[in-house]
Amino acid sequence: MANHGIRVSGVDKSFGRGEARTTVLKHTDFGAETGRLTMLVGPSGCGKTTLLSIIAGTLQADGGEIEVLGQRLDRMGANAVARFRARHLGFIFQQFNLIPTLTALENVSVPLLIQKVDYRVAEQKARDALAWVGIADHADFRPAKMSGGQQQRVAIARALVHDPPVILCDEPTSSLDSENGRMVMGLLRRAAERPDRVVLVVTHDNRTYGFADRMAEMEDGRIHRVLETQQEIQRHHPVGV
Amino acid sequence: MIRIALKMLFGDRAKYVMLISGITFATLLMAQGMSLFCGLMTWTFSTLRNVSAPVWVADPMVEQVGDNLPLRDTDTDRVRSVEGVAWAVPLYQGNLQARLADGTSKLVTLVGLDAATLIGAPADLLAGRIDDLRMPNTVILDEYGVERFSAGRERPIGVGDVFEINDREARIVAICRVHRSFTGGPYVFTTYDRATQYAPNVRKMLSYVLASPRDGVSAEVLARRITGETGLRAFTESELMWSTIWWYIRNTGIPINVGTIVIIGFIIGAAISGQTFYSFVLENTRHFAALRAMGASSGELSAMLLVQALVVGFIGFGVGLGAVAFLGTNLLRLGRVPFLMLWQVPAIVAGAVMLIVMISAALGINRIARLEPAIVFR
Ligand SMILES: Nc1ncnc2c1ncn2[C@@H]1O[C@H](COP(=O)(O)OP(=O)(O)O)[C@@H](O)[C@H]1O
Ligand SMILES: [Mg+2]
Repeated sequence: MANHGIRVSGVDKSFGRGEARTTVLKHTDFGAETGRLTMLVGPSGCGKTTLLSIIAGTLQADGGEIEVLGQRLDRMGANAVARFRARHLGFIFQQFNLIPTLTALENVSVPLLIQKVDYRVAEQKARDALAWVGIADHADFRPAKMSGGQQQRVAIARALVHDPPVILCDEPTSSLDSENGRMVMGLLRRAAERPDRVVLVVTHDNRTYGFADRMAEMEDGRIHRVLETQQEIQRHHPVGV
Repeated sequence: MIRIALKMLFGDRAKYVMLISGITFATLLMAQGMSLFCGLMTWTFSTLRNVSAPVWVADPMVEQVGDNLPLRDTDTDRVRSVEGVAWAVPLYQGNLQARLADGTSKLVTLVGLDAATLIGAPADLLAGRIDDLRMPNTVILDEYGVERFSAGRERPIGVGDVFEINDREARIVAICRVHRSFTGGPYVFTTYDRATQYAPNVRKMLSYVLASPRDGVSAEVLARRITGETGLRAFTESELMWSTIWWYIRNTGIPINVGTIVIIGFIIGAAISGQTFYSFVLENTRHFAALRAMGASSGELSAMLLVQALVVGFIGFGVGLGAVAFLGTNLLRLGRVPFLMLWQVPAIVAGAVMLIVMISAALGINRIARLEPAIVFR
């Protein structure tokens, strides 16, 4: 499949009804290309996670077009979207969302097991992924026995183990100290080096801005500015790394 | 994914033990209750098992083997005259007080057998000889009677010892092993004529006429024929057994009491297991949502929950049934506790456990189905 990256146009999303109704996304347009690490930044509550969830297909938009890798998610059924996610998407969450009763190795195998890959093959690939993030020696540890930085590395290994062309991260560094935050961003940078891969990082952690190739700034449910180079990013956000 | 499901289950040891205990407890209560019921029911027709005969002829009003509505002495001959009868003999059955040497009295079930044939005499003798029953004033006592009658004696009562029934001497010539009676009174076997002498003087003594069909005639056919020709009520052995069981079910509180135990077992088991399983699912909601976000379908998540619930049910059932079997055999060895685990008992309990498991899984699956996978980003 030709990799067209992510394209979102005219997306609306509201929560609640009647008095309590809040409109989060207002005809939002957004895009992210392959081979670059795109950051989606903006103040808390502006709708970043909502937009990310819609791109991931875990949340349905009220209207608009959502195209990922050339596929129109808004036209697919729930099961097709789930299958699409399993094959093409890797996730990294703020709360690492590792399953506490599984070892690091088992946690990392999960995306492959969801795709019905043989257990042994999955385990080998999981081992390779753990080595890639640099914690092969923690393969048999459960999450509770690992630091936050180590857990997030396991989560990155899990997001990459099935070699997905799209990696979506929501605030991957905000539960970490700055050193671990830099380490995590470094890994994501390396993951983004593949020319056919889209890496989208939602964040409001300005310590990480230096890792971006491109930055979309969101405010009040809309992308109000896109910075296309690291130089531009540094000019507008001088506090960066 | 099944492997992942099992790891999730076994990883949370406290929950898992709690889940298993719920099912184990339910299995225990239900299986124990039903086995108790079956055991009690076999006690109700012990006389039938101890004195075996193909056809039992009784007064038309008799509904269960313990009923005592005497026939006329001539009824034995009337049964004998029915076409297809190979033999027919009288049987006396009654509950009487036995008086021991120390003056105490004990209730016994006295059975009087046809003196000529001794049909229905106990087969399993622990001491003595059946034929000695032809000597005057002799009886056979069951081993339970030995236990009951030996209280306070230096050595247990045995062959050669005497007691009294209605001021008449009863000399023990043999000790037998038979099924215990529902009332708990020991069985005392003697001849029909002697039984009528032991019994307080009433005009009619004949409890049953026992009969057997000739070759080529079935017990059912013969029973129908005897009923038709004599106006008495003839049962085959299994008809009288079921009639007795149903009589006890209709006329005693046993089914209600046992049914209550079984239902309580079911409810408690369902409550503990359902509740624990549901809270297990709630605690893992986030992880199920993460699996969903990573592309697992709702079908796969449901299958995971089902496997988790089934494994819990299977282990809990196994442990519970094992405990009941262990308890049952040890109680049986200890003595007179009604316990009979027919194959139907585990089958029914397995069905009930399956129901509990399915209810629990359905609750969890319903919860997961309403899951917003987007919560993983929160
Ligand atoms: N499920 C929901 N129900 C109601 N309101 C929601 C829901 N999810 C998000 N919101 C609201 O939408 C707005 C944007 O939220 P979010 O996308 O999480 O922002 P961000 O990730 O930029 O901090 C917030 O005001 C939040 O309260
Ligand atoms: Mg957010």
